[in-house]
Amino acid sequence: MSAVLEARGLHVRYGEREVLAGVDVAIVPGELVALVGPNGAGKSTLLHALSGDIDPSSGTVELDGRPLGTVRALDLARRRAVLTQSNEVSFPFTTLEVVEMGRAPWRGRPESDEDDARIAAAVEEAEIGTFLERRVTELSGGERARVAFARVRAQACEVILLDEPTVSLDIRHQERVLLRLAEHARSGGAVIVVLHDLDLAAAYADRVVVLDGGRVRAAGPPSEAFSSELLSDVYRHPLSVRVVDGDVHVRPLRPVSRSRKEHSAHA
Amino acid sequence: MSAAATALGPARSSAPVRVHSAGPRRVLVLTLGVATVVLAVVSAGLGQLAISVPEILGSLAAHTNDALASIGWSAVVLPEAATPAHPNADATLWMIRFPRIAMALVVGAALAVGGALMQGVFRNPLAEPGVVGVSSGGAVAASIAILTGASFAGPLTSPLFAFVGGLAATFLVYFAARSGGRTEVVTLVLTGIAVNAVCGAGIALATFLSTTQQREQIVFWQLGSLNGTRWQDVAIVLPITIVGIIGALTLSHRLDLLALGERQAHHLGVSIESTRVIAIVLVAVLTAAAVSLCGIIAFVGLVVPHLVRLVLGPAHRALLAVSALGGAFLLLAADTVARTAVPYADLPIGMLTALVGGPFFFWLLRRARVRSGGWA
Repeated sequence: MSAVLEARGLHVRYGEREVLAGVDVAIVPGELVALVGPNGAGKSTLLHALSGDIDPSSGTVELDGRPLGTVRALDLARRRAVLTQSNEVSFPFTTLEVVEMGRAPWRGRPESDEDDARIAAAVEEAEIGTFLERRVTELSGGERARVAFARVRAQACEVILLDEPTVSLDIRHQERVLLRLAEHARSGGAVIVVLHDLDLAAAYADRVVVLDGGRVRAAGPPSEAFSSELLSDVYRHPLSVRVVDGDVHVRPLRPVSRSRKEHSAHA
Repeated sequence: MSAAATALGPARSSAPVRVHSAGPRRVLVLTLGVATVVLAVVSAGLGQLAISVPEILGSLAAHTNDALASIGWSAVVLPEAATPAHPNADATLWMIRFPRIAMALVVGAALAVGGALMQGVFRNPLAEPGVVGVSSGGAVAASIAILTGASFAGPLTSPLFAFVGGLAATFLVYFAARSGGRTEVVTLVLTGIAVNAVCGAGIALATFLSTTQQREQIVFWQLGSLNGTRWQDVAIVLPITIVGIIGALTLSHRLDLLALGERQAHHLGVSIESTRVIAIVLVAVLTAAAVSLCGIIAFVGLVVPHLVRLVLGPAHRALLAVSALGGAFLLLAADTVARTAVPYADLPIGMLTALVGGPFFFWLLRRARVRSGGWA
């Protein structure tokens, strides 16, 4: 199957610093791809480039075989939704109003008939029904993140890009978000998600892309791409990768045991 | 995975209830509308020559009947409640008070919509054309027009200068105050200080170089006043304001999305650059239209949208429309006070709005600081 979103030979420079140094990624319909890597590896930059927010210094990003730069913002918005890391709303809109904004690209089109159904489904997915009338500026960080997720889901695009969507969520909602994204991929959508939680990435991603220093260190299904050696090297911290019944589990090795830590001042 | 799905399935959320908050909007629009009409009539009666309400209504009816007759609609005749008793009453109403009231309404609407628009595009509730120096940018240019005696566009010359000055200042402030796609309060206020300082220097220089008569013009122009408004002035400002308000309303949906952030709005299909440019031009048009003929009238654009937002919420369509009404009401009230508070004196209206708006701005700043835990 041909790639719906593809980056080739992507270089991004901020001044002297090369944040992405020749990255190739392609995502086909039906898969959930997780971008992982340590801080400053270039995950967010790659996601920005894939969503058309920044122009690469060199290389190309194509959506449906067309270079991103040639696609109108509105046409882009009907093909791909983006969830950014921070989602601060500058005026006190209500939760429902913010979710409704996700339907903006479809205004005046036949798809707007689905507005109510899409919004209702998104509200249910993110479990924000209890505070629809509250102002988003008054919500907690985790609640705000769920509202933003619902907005992105209401947009109902085939391609979804998300930058650390689980970071301020509790475990229930972390699992729910990734489960819904995995379902979206099962039904033919394409999902690219930046994740810090390697265990979560291993559990839900069809493929993982390990970034380090602006380069792809490994890519493939978690069982192949994740290895203790590679991850320990990339993260500069000992990590153990175990495969139990086909499920990949990643956990950090903690050198100091709990009983000793209590006596150590700088543990 | 299916087991997990079942475990995660039961949701504590209820189905979304669509609540359209038309209630408070209708009440507010109705109240403001009625209050504005009542105020306009009362205001027309106030002044050195007191004219009673029946006399005003009678005069209005008489003139309407004349107008109807002149276009051949003489079949329609309004009852004339009372004829003005004083021989000069009719002239006072139609030559002095009505144009001035009309101007107050139009300029108030323009300033309030300009403020709401600016706050939307800056994504900051503290942005206001006067605070960030747009009005003074227009003032510098107008001072230069007065100083040089330029008259290539006839009576429109100094408004034209003010418009260009306002536009230049708006662009300058916008690009200077932004970092990372948004403006922080500190940056905004500091930019305002810088722009106002430079404009102040420009105005000072123009004042220094001008003749006594020009100097008087410049000084009074800055104080802001609706004194001496003629119908011709209203005819200039009204169409500009109408175009500006309609333009602002067409942007309202995009301004809503912009509240999510510039990147986020782009992800929802908003073309950020064009939205920005259109909004800034509209702000300059509305502000300059008001400022060019009436001088600097600060804080209307700050106070009105803020109060409307408190009642109606931040959705821009209602905010812009009701702000126009609220601005019209507020400025008419201020102008009525300006010309009646002290007998035989016409206070500068810019002074009055600043007197009320300054403390209000300070209160907003304090509130912003308390809420974000710092000067964020």
